[in-house]
Amino acid sequence: MISFHLDARSGIAPYLQIVGQVRQALLLGLLSEGDKLPTVKEVVAKVAINPNTVSKAYRELEHLGLAAAKPGVGTFITRSLGDASLAEHGPLQQELRTWLERARAAGLTEPGIDAMFQNTRRESATEEI
Amino acid sequence: MNAVLQAHALGKSYGQRQALTDCTLEIPLGHVVGLVGPNGAGKTTLLKIACGMLAPTTGRIEVLGEPPAAGPAQLARVGYVAQDTPTYASLSVADHLKLGAKLNPRWDANLARARIDQLDLDPRQRAGKLSGGQRAQLALTVAVAKRPELLILDEPVASLDPLARRDFLRHLMESVAENDTSVILSSHLVSDLERVCDYLIVLVASRVLLTGETEDLLAQHHRIVCSRRQATDLPPELDVIWAEHTDRQSTFIVRSQTEVPAGYWSAQHLELEDLVLAYMESAADRGRRPTTHPTGDAR
Repeated sequence: MISFHLDARSGIAPYLQIVGQVRQALLLGLLSEGDKLPTVKEVVAKVAINPNTVSKAYRELEHLGLAAAKPGVGTFITRSLGDASLAEHGPLQQELRTWLERARAAGLTEPGIDAMFQNTRRESATEEI
Repeated sequence: MNAVLQAHALGKSYGQRQALTDCTLEIPLGHVVGLVGPNGAGKTTLLKIACGMLAPTTGRIEVLGEPPAAGPAQLARVGYVAQDTPTYASLSVADHLKLGAKLNPRWDANLARARIDQLDLDPRQRAGKLSGGQRAQLALTVAVAKRPELLILDEPVASLDPLARRDFLRHLMESVAENDTSVILSSHLVSDLERVCDYLIVLVASRVLLTGETEDLLAQHHRIVCSRRQATDLPPELDVIWAEHTDRQSTFIVRSQTEVPAGYWSAQHLELEDLVLAYMESAADRGRRPTTHPTGDAR
């Protein structure tokens, strides 16, 4: 079982934070196919958030094909995203590395790079909704 | 019936003083509603009217499809925890549960006992000897064990320390998840409500300035920073809520139903607290001048 935590200052919608944490747990191998996610009641009793936020996150996970709800039983992980999938993203990481080199060469400072990355990520996250 | 509370042109005055003015609201079922506003804005008045403890001076209100306190059946469907979560100091924890069982037709004794166990409260302890956090939890237990469809809480966490605050909200959310209860809770602090409320009502100086689902409100509001200009120089689809100018820069908080158009400015989303403060400050700036209409298209 995993637990969730929310960052109020991140600017990312709380339900997307939960989705992100499930995804991350999958990537880290903390969750794999067949694992049960904590129930909505368990989550809210721990982190004091609105139950609808958790339900929405779980619906989103279903929509993404990462989890499935079994009525009356709970929500279960339907796909593993282990090391294999991280390796799949090797080319992405290479692109990011190239981009970072270009950003530095263009005179961006480290905080500037962080700010640009976070702003862009936030913008594209809001566009997706 | 799919509204938990419907109010039309609701008003309440105490002699000369107007505590609630022209309040029109429709809150859908199944939300945790945050009622925010500064002290003295009229939050307690609105909540007391909703549970039938006060009669409005003007307008009408329905709670769960009926006038508040219309009869025993309606009373059983609404739970109310008054400001500072009052309990009977000389009665024990067990007495509170006994009283709850006698007074409420839908009382859930198992749930009440289980919650007292979970909270690790001694049933023989007198309520007057409990800590503030424990008293709040006892009051919540009594209200929840009544099995209401709507739970109304007036500033439930205002007097609690941060830990007790978090504990209280955790138990409240657990009970919402378990029983599908609708909740209306008030606070003068947005930070208390941010994570638990998915619906927001901003009440300032007896008037409702803004209502809506938290997520929609967050999506609709932006902070725009640009070179100094007048609000009228912004695109007309942007409704300016708040503005501040320096000699060369202008900052606006705007509401718009569509994306903010691109331009020579930076537009960013706001945190809930900043959003609410913008409405409160602009209301204060306007002084006593009446605001426009209650859904918050304040300009």
